[in-house]
Amino acid sequence: MAASTVLRKSMGLSLTIRRVSHIPNLSNWARLKHCRHLQPSTSGERCQRACRSLHTSAGLCHSDEEGAEREHDKDVVNVVYVDRSGRRIPVKGRVGDNVLYLAHKHGIELEGACEASLACSTCHVYVSDGYRDKLPEPDEREDDMLDMAPLLQENSRLGCQITLTPELEGMELTLPKITRNFYVDGHTPKPH
Amino acid sequence: MSTCILRAPVSKGFSLQFATTFAKTTSCYGKLGSTAAPQPQVCIVGGGPAGFYTAQHLLKSHKGVQVDVFEKLPVPFGLVRFGVAPDHPEVKNVINTFTQTARQDRCGFYGNVTVGSDVTVEELKQAYHAVILSYGAEGSRSLGIPGEDLSGVHSAKDFVGWYNGVPGNKDLKPDLSAEMAVILGQGNVALDVARILLSPLELLKKTDITAGSLEAIAGSRVRRVLIVGRRGPLQVACTIKELREMINLPGTQPALDPRDFQGLREAVQDIPRPRKRLTELLMKAALEKAAGKEAEREWSLRFLRSPTHILPSPDRSRAAGIRLAVTRLEGSGEHARAVLTGEVEEVECGLIVSSIGYQSLPIDPTVPFDPRQAIIPNRMGRVQQAPGLYCSGWVKRGPTGVIATTMNDSFDTARSVLDDMESGQLDTSTPRAGSCAMHALLKQRGVTPVSFAGWEKIDAVETARGREVGKPREKLVDVRDMLKVASL
Repeated sequence: MAASTVLRKSMGLSLTIRRVSHIPNLSNWARLKHCRHLQPSTSGERCQRACRSLHTSAGLCHSDEEGAEREHDKDVVNVVYVDRSGRRIPVKGRVGDNVLYLAHKHGIELEGACEASLACSTCHVYVSDGYRDKLPEPDEREDDMLDMAPLLQENSRLGCQITLTPELEGMELTLPKITRNFYVDGHTPKPH
Repeated sequence: MSTCILRAPVSKGFSLQFATTFAKTTSCYGKLGSTAAPQPQVCIVGGGPAGFYTAQHLLKSHKGVQVDVFEKLPVPFGLVRFGVAPDHPEVKNVINTFTQTARQDRCGFYGNVTVGSDVTVEELKQAYHAVILSYGAEGSRSLGIPGEDLSGVHSAKDFVGWYNGVPGNKDLKPDLSAEMAVILGQGNVALDVARILLSPLELLKKTDITAGSLEAIAGSRVRRVLIVGRRGPLQVACTIKELREMINLPGTQPALDPRDFQGLREAVQDIPRPRKRLTELLMKAALEKAAGKEAEREWSLRFLRSPTHILPSPDRSRAAGIRLAVTRLEGSGEHARAVLTGEVEEVECGLIVSSIGYQSLPIDPTVPFDPRQAIIPNRMGRVQQAPGLYCSGWVKRGPTGVIATTMNDSFDTARSVLDDMESGQLDTSTPRAGSCAMHALLKQRGVTPVSFAGWEKIDAVETARGREVGKPREKLVDVRDMLKVASL
C-alpha cells in the first residue's frame, strides 16, 4: 500500500484512478484527475457518475467530457524552466501557481532563501521574450532586490513574485548561470 | 551517525593516526565498504551560509557523500545570526533551508570546535577525503591611523557583533553618551549601524537585538550620525533597499547636501540600472525638503572625506573627535580614486565606528593564505597547491556580497569538489574515518562538540525566552550558557 501510495503521489494521480481497470491514455488520466473536483450537475451527472464508477471509455459523455477538458485546460498553464545547465524542463502549472514554489515542486533548483519575502535575490529568473509585458510591473521592493542580483538583465524578475495566469502559457523561465567566470578580473566587488 | 567506542586506554601521545587505525576496527567502517557505492567523507570548516550552501549542494548532487560541518561557536549560521541586522528578520528565513540540510542523515554538525586549535587542518585532511574551508572573515580592516585604539572607536564588525550577540563582543560597552556618532564607510553595514543607533526603541525592542545592547541603546544620547566616505555619491557601496530604510526611518530625517549632487542628473542617465536607481533616490532625498516638523534625530552622508587622525579627549582617555582630509576624485564610476587635496576638517564626536570591511585571517599554518588580498588563494574553489583542500564564501572571494552571491559561490565550489570526485582527481576509493576519528580525537582533547540537536535546544530556550518579552528570540550571549543548555 505504501509503495502504491508513493507511486500514486509521484504520478499525480488521484485514488479514484488507481482503481481503474482499463488503463486509458495519459490525457484521459489527466482528465480523470480533475473529474474528482467537478461539482455534480444535472447535465453532467452521468459523466460524474462515470468518473466515480471509474469507466474510462473515451466515448462516454462526450460533450461533458469535453467541457471537463476545457475547464481543465483553462486551468493549466504550461511553462518551461531552463535550469543552470541549459536543460529544458516543461512543467504543467495551474493558474495561480507561484513560479518559485512550482519550481520546487518539480525539483528545479531555484532557491528561495528569504521564502518569498522580498529580502533576497536567490529566485532570480529571466523571463522569455514576449512575456515580460504580460506580467504586472514589479513592485519597487522587487526592483530593489533585483538590483542586487548578479547577472541582472532587462528581462530579470524574481520568481517568487510571478503568479501564473492563462496569458503566460508557453512562458520560459531561465535560471541565471552560476558562471565559472563569475569571478574573473574586472568583476566589481558586490556591496554587502 | 555511527558511534565510535574507544576501548583501548587513552594515552597522552594519542594521535589521529592511532584513532584512524583504531576506528577502522570499530563500527566507523561498518557501513562503509560493504556496498559498491562510495561514501566520500567531506568536512566543511565554518557553519555559516557558505558552509551550509556548500553542504546542501554536495548532499543533493551525490547520494553517498557524508558531510560534516565544523563550527567554532556552539551555534550555527554565522553572519545570518550575527551579521544580519535585528530588524531584517526576513533575510534570516534562509535558516530554514540550512536547518533542512543539517537535519539530513548524511550531514553532521559539530559546534564548539575550533579548527586550527582543537583540531588541525592536517588532521581533518587525514580523516576526510576533502576539506572545504568556509570560515569567513572574523577580522576587520584597520584604518591605520593614529588614535584608532582609543576608547570609543570600534570596528563595525564588533559593534554589529555587540548588538547581535556575538559572545566575544558582549562586553563592548560602546560610548553612547555624546550627541554625534561618526561612521566611516558607506556600505550596508554602515547603514545598519546608523539605523540601529537611530531607530525608535519601540521598533527595536520587538526584534532579536540582545537585551544588553537594547538597554544601552535605551540610554543612548546619540542623536546625529555622520556616515563618511572617501569618494562621492556615485561610489557609495550601500544598496537601495537599505538607503530607502534610512530615508523612511521614523523619527529621523536625512541631512544631505544638495551641492554633493550637482551635475549628477546627466551623469546617471547611461549607467547600469542599480547604480542609477540608487543615485536617483539619493538625489531625491537631498533635493527635496522633508515636509512637516523637523525630526529629533538626523543622519547624513558626507562624501569625499578620508580620516587621518582620531582625536583624543583632553585627558587622552577616549576619542573625542576625528580629523578628515578632503579628497577629490580622479577618474569616474566604480573605479574612481580618492586623492587628497590638502584641506582638512574636524568633527567632534563621542563614538566612531569603522565600517571599512571585514577581513579573513589565516586559520592554520599549513593552509596557503594571501595576506594582501586576505583570502585563500584558489582557482574555482580549489586551494592552490593543496590537493584535497577547497574553499567557499568570503574566505575564497573576499568579504563582500549578499547571501545570494555566497550561495552561487558555494554551489560553484561544491561543483569543483564533485567534478574532482568524478574524475578521480579526488581519490575516494579508500574509506576515511570521518567524524568517527574526530569524535575520538576531540574527546581525548577535552572538547565537547555541540550537535545540531544541541543547537535546537539552545534555539528552543532562546525562542521561549523571547516569547516572554515579545521578541522572536532572546539570544544567549555566553558560550558557557550555550554549552549548558546544549547538554541538557
